[in-house]
Amino acid sequence: MFAAALIVFRESLEAALFVGIVAAATRQLAGRGKWLAAGVGVGILGAIGLALMAEQVATWFDGIGQDAVNIGILSVALVMLLWHCTWVSAHSKDMACDARHLGLSVQDGRRRPWALFGAVALAVLREGAETVLFVGGTVTSASASASASATAGAVVLSCAVGLALGASVGALIYAGLSRIPARRLFSATNVLIALLAGSIASQLARALTQAGFIETWTRPVWDSSRWLATDSLLGTLLHALMGYDSRPSGLQLASYLAVLIFIVVGTRLLRPPAVVAAR
Amino acid sequence: MPRLKLASAFALTLVLGAGAARAAGAEAVLVIKSHRFEPAQIKVPAGQRVKLSVHNQDSTPEEFESYSLDREKLVPAGTKATLFIGPLEPGTYKFYGEFHQGTAQGVVIAE
Repeated sequence: MFAAALIVFRESLEAALFVGIVAAATRQLAGRGKWLAAGVGVGILGAIGLALMAEQVATWFDGIGQDAVNIGILSVALVMLLWHCTWVSAHSKDMACDARHLGLSVQDGRRRPWALFGAVALAVLREGAETVLFVGGTVTSASASASASATAGAVVLSCAVGLALGASVGALIYAGLSRIPARRLFSATNVLIALLAGSIASQLARALTQAGFIETWTRPVWDSSRWLATDSLLGTLLHALMGYDSRPSGLQLASYLAVLIFIVVGTRLLRPPAVVAAR
Repeated sequence: MPRLKLASAFALTLVLGAGAARAAGAEAVLVIKSHRFEPAQIKVPAGQRVKLSVHNQDSTPEEFESYSLDREKLVPAGTKATLFIGPLEPGTYKFYGEFHQGTAQGVVIAE
């Protein structure tokens, strides 16, 4: 049953890290807990819905339905994060330098980073649907087997352990980020969110290739699986945090870099000129 | 001149036809039964994209997963999933079912 805990841990890790980072990024925001909980809640409900529909979805478009849904979710999440990383951060950077100002500006509700909470919901939705499907399938087959309830109970317990482990890594990154002084916190979380956006772009590129929509630059650029396997503990963590892949295709790498460049250039271009002049 | 036109039209048809045949490409089928892959070893041509169909005949979901192929795909109970792999260098690529890793193991051999 150790395997079940490990699978749930792996699936929940990326969403948990994301929630932890967003929680830290919005630390000064009034009513943040409510918004974050709403994001996670909507994500979980969506995940259950998607898991219930999985058998129908899978047959769409001649067997690529699952990828098509993933592509949709990843695209929307990417747009939300790009929006947040460029426009929103460019316009609140000056405020963030002064924690009191940020507190004031978010209290009147004008600078609520809704795109971040939307992206949280989508991250929970995507990772959650697979987890729900796995847990549902395992519990069903466990209760169908001879030694009924005890096995099903063990499965649920080990899945809970996996989920708790994933959540505690999220809590850990939140605790770590919370030690950073408010002035620097904004830059730190922005870098992490930009890396997550890059990771989503890379996953999107992989999903498009897997579904057969794209056939260019599909060969791996390098193979670092001997040094750091994607399924090792560190590999899993780096994959969830910044999209580490031991055999990235050219398209994945290009998408990742394009997103980072877009964010850096976009933030500079969109930053209000008055702020630049003031420095 | 018309003969040349006809000849080039014929050549064009050949080229397009060959292109379409290549685009249709190689295909391979995998069946999941009692949490095992059948066949557990599939051979595919190296250097070209391969369409892989995975039929899950069990009553539980499975996830086709391979780090060497860099693929990951859910296959709910009783469904057929399609995914594209490669073009691959000649070699052996392991895959497994993440939800039943103890039994669901297999390899793709590209040659």
